[in-house]
Amino acid sequence: MTAHLKMDKPDHRHRLDHMAQGVIGQPLDRPEGPLKVTGTATYAHEWQVAGMCHGVLARASGIGPVIRSDAEVVLAMPGVLAVITDERLLRNPAQGTADAAPVQGTDIAAYVGQPVALVVAETFEQARHGAQRLGLIIDVDDMAVTDPETAVLETPKGKQHSQGNLAAAMANAAHSVDVTYRTPAHSSAAMEPHAAIAMWDGDMLTLRGSYQMLKYNRNELADSLGVSPENVRILSPYVGGGFGAKLGIAPEAVAAAIAAQKLGRPVAVALTRQQVFETTMRRSETRQRVRLSLDEGGQLTGIGHDAWVSNLPDESFSEPVTQATRFLYAGDNREIGHHIARVHRTCAGSVRAPGEAVGVTVLENAMDELAHVAGIDPVELRKRNIPDRDPETGKPFSSRRFAEALDRGAERFGWSERRAPGTRREGEWLIGIGMASAARVNALMESKARVTLNPDGRAVVETDMTDIGTGTYAILTQIAAEMLGLPVNQVSTSLGDTDFPSAAGSGGSWGAASSGTSVFLACENLRSQLAQRLDCAEADMTLKDGQAVFDNRVQSLSDILDGDSLTAEGHIEPGATSEAVRQATFGAYFAEVAVSAVTGETRVRRMLGVFSAGRILNAKTARSQFLGGMTFGVGMALTEELVHDPRDGHIVNHDLAEYHLAVNADVPQIEVEFLEERDDWASPLQAKGVGELGICGAAAAITNAIFNATNVRVRDYPATLDKIIAHL
Amino acid sequence: MQTKLTINAQAHTLEADTRTTLLDALRFHLGLTGTKKGCDHGQCGACTVLINGRRINSCLTLACMHDGDEITTIEGLGTPEAMSTLQRAFVEQDGFQCGYCTPGQICSATAMLDEIKAGWPSHVSDDLLADPDLSDIEIGERMSGNLCRCSAYPNIVDAIRDAAGTDSA
Ligand code: FES
Ligand code: FES
Repeated sequence: MTAHLKMDKPDHRHRLDHMAQGVIGQPLDRPEGPLKVTGTATYAHEWQVAGMCHGVLARASGIGPVIRSDAEVVLAMPGVLAVITDERLLRNPAQGTADAAPVQGTDIAAYVGQPVALVVAETFEQARHGAQRLGLIIDVDDMAVTDPETAVLETPKGKQHSQGNLAAAMANAAHSVDVTYRTPAHSSAAMEPHAAIAMWDGDMLTLRGSYQMLKYNRNELADSLGVSPENVRILSPYVGGGFGAKLGIAPEAVAAAIAAQKLGRPVAVALTRQQVFETTMRRSETRQRVRLSLDEGGQLTGIGHDAWVSNLPDESFSEPVTQATRFLYAGDNREIGHHIARVHRTCAGSVRAPGEAVGVTVLENAMDELAHVAGIDPVELRKRNIPDRDPETGKPFSSRRFAEALDRGAERFGWSERRAPGTRREGEWLIGIGMASAARVNALMESKARVTLNPDGRAVVETDMTDIGTGTYAILTQIAAEMLGLPVNQVSTSLGDTDFPSAAGSGGSWGAASSGTSVFLACENLRSQLAQRLDCAEADMTLKDGQAVFDNRVQSLSDILDGDSLTAEGHIEPGATSEAVRQATFGAYFAEVAVSAVTGETRVRRMLGVFSAGRILNAKTARSQFLGGMTFGVGMALTEELVHDPRDGHIVNHDLAEYHLAVNADVPQIEVEFLEERDDWASPLQAKGVGELGICGAAAAITNAIFNATNVRVRDYPATLDKIIAHL
Repeated sequence: MQTKLTINAQAHTLEADTRTTLLDALRFHLGLTGTKKGCDHGQCGACTVLINGRRINSCLTLACMHDGDEITTIEGLGTPEAMSTLQRAFVEQDGFQCGYCTPGQICSATAMLDEIKAGWPSHVSDDLLADPDLSDIEIGERMSGNLCRCSAYPNIVDAIRDAAGTDSA
């Protein structure tokens, strides 16, 4: 039985609020937690497969045609089984939702670090030695453009927008800012390096890998290999973090599959940490010009946001920097600009919250600058400029508690204690507080799941949805438990296998609402099937603790099932509600920093985020998602920067010693608060995305706090000590 | 070459390449994949195990250097049915998300609590001779060799504090 819904109308029923089990939204421990903390959850590279050999990718050290390799020398090394330079090897990883093969080929290296061969050997040590030993002669192209500042720019028409007259608004403004900021390239740097184990059985490929969107990944892998998707099965039950880097199929999967077929043996390929930096997605560096004009009453009259980003010549993705600028604040005169530099650098793609992570951050810095020049409190400036409707399209917002988030955050954080810039000092430390708004677009995607009620009254949820740390196991279990009236330990959720119904995947913050809705629909159908057996209306039946209550009678599920099992598949598709309203999530960040007057070093002392993001499905895992997002913000503000060598574009700091993620000591006991909200337009769960909202402006709260502490504006991220001390 | 190791109180004889790190020996040769590889260069802490009770990055040491050593991995600290106090605290406080850094965090924290008990000072200890307290700052400092990109740090601090039975400071 399939329960299908196209989301064409808002769902005002709020069914999850009327169920009896009372587990939805509760801070349930992750059901897979005991496996993860004991080392018994099995990640991609960890399956013990008989006869498995190991492959290590060899990288291009320059840009240009690969004219020769000394494969025969490597083949003669102990244990080496093959040197593979198949034209199907990936040049770039696939972009999120690509659904087809990305750019392939090994004859030309388009960027430094591109994988151009796979060395396979009996042991990992032998394969690694072979890959390091492999001599690749590259006819280096000195003319290849690797610096976005000197590259040819594309300005696609569809990515520009203009309404009213911004130049006139700026000229007539009571107060205005016209500022340019830069953000460097970033890496997702998930802790689990990409890995795949490929096994063929005849013409059937089974691949254990680490990917975020299996439905798409299967098609991408099949297309890359030139086989039918029906012949490919991918399993990713546990994924050691993704953050965008594992949205699409990546070089290790295709290489492992080709090698396994050629050798007739299972082959495991894991990227080295350096390869993760060099051959999986980076977030593009950005240059951003923001113009804001304000009238005497503190109302914005104009907003301009121009972005310059980069990517490889054949890539269609470009960092959608201004995505939220289009609806966050009012202002009649608006301009959006988008320019793409074509450069031979590692492929640019999605890194947690593509667009808003850097775009809202810079917009929020500019708002802070405007508040300062206009002499208006930064929270007040934002509140005065919350638009009634989407300022570009005139569409209403689906749900939005933005003003309340600003107020609640200000109150809880003690915003009224804020002093004039550069006036608070504790010994060596200059103290300041800052704030910023949060905003991220919201989307629903097609997703399917199967739910089975077994004769013993236990439920099983199956979908190829992934849990990349996002809490999918927990929330799908809770949704099924709530709808079917079962204690959570009576529901088991199986994920990450393309043999299960295909889901939306983890990305774009849409996973929970989309896959959750498919489970919800399947459970609604099961409820109807149960009601039919009881001869009552579904709505008149209450399910709780494994029992049905109807018509003053009580019957256990196992009695109702009477030895049968019931199955239903839920299928959600986005519909008219995607376009009818502006769907987004909102919030406010507050941060307190201490900047050393001696060294210029910044320490984040306190941080709070208050968010308006629809129904929260699990208060514990959602909070963790926000802690993670805000910590990405700490990294972005203070330390994270992929450094490209301007001569050949290679990533200089391609490891975790030189690319500085926030560590435990960098992060205070961050506080997170959710505002109660139901978004009827977003999904029948009234839930929206939470995985990315935490990073969408967080860094600006910190750099705005640095300004409040020191009077120094850092417009070139990250705000490392050298950029501050020079102005103290 | 042959190396005799005692892992989680069980004797193992390892037959491996001299280049094999202790981490790869555990993962590829002994089937103990609870210990994770995040960088292979001593930069992330995902591979932390205990050798004779002390925490060490197992990717930075060769298996053949540990003949006769007592090694404890995450599998030796507890099982899903019988978790250690720290493991249970990590579950309750959500001290992880993807779980990949987690075995390293827990091995590291296990040894770290012993270091505190033994009176070892850290970079943030005010008095090098006094008994260190288990403040949030001390925990954060002592756990900063274990990266977590999911950024469960505040929850990791809470979990360790809980497991050690102390209040917030
Ligand atoms: S894998 Fe050993 S420290 Fe990263
Ligand atoms: S839990 Fe994912 S890296 Fe720590």
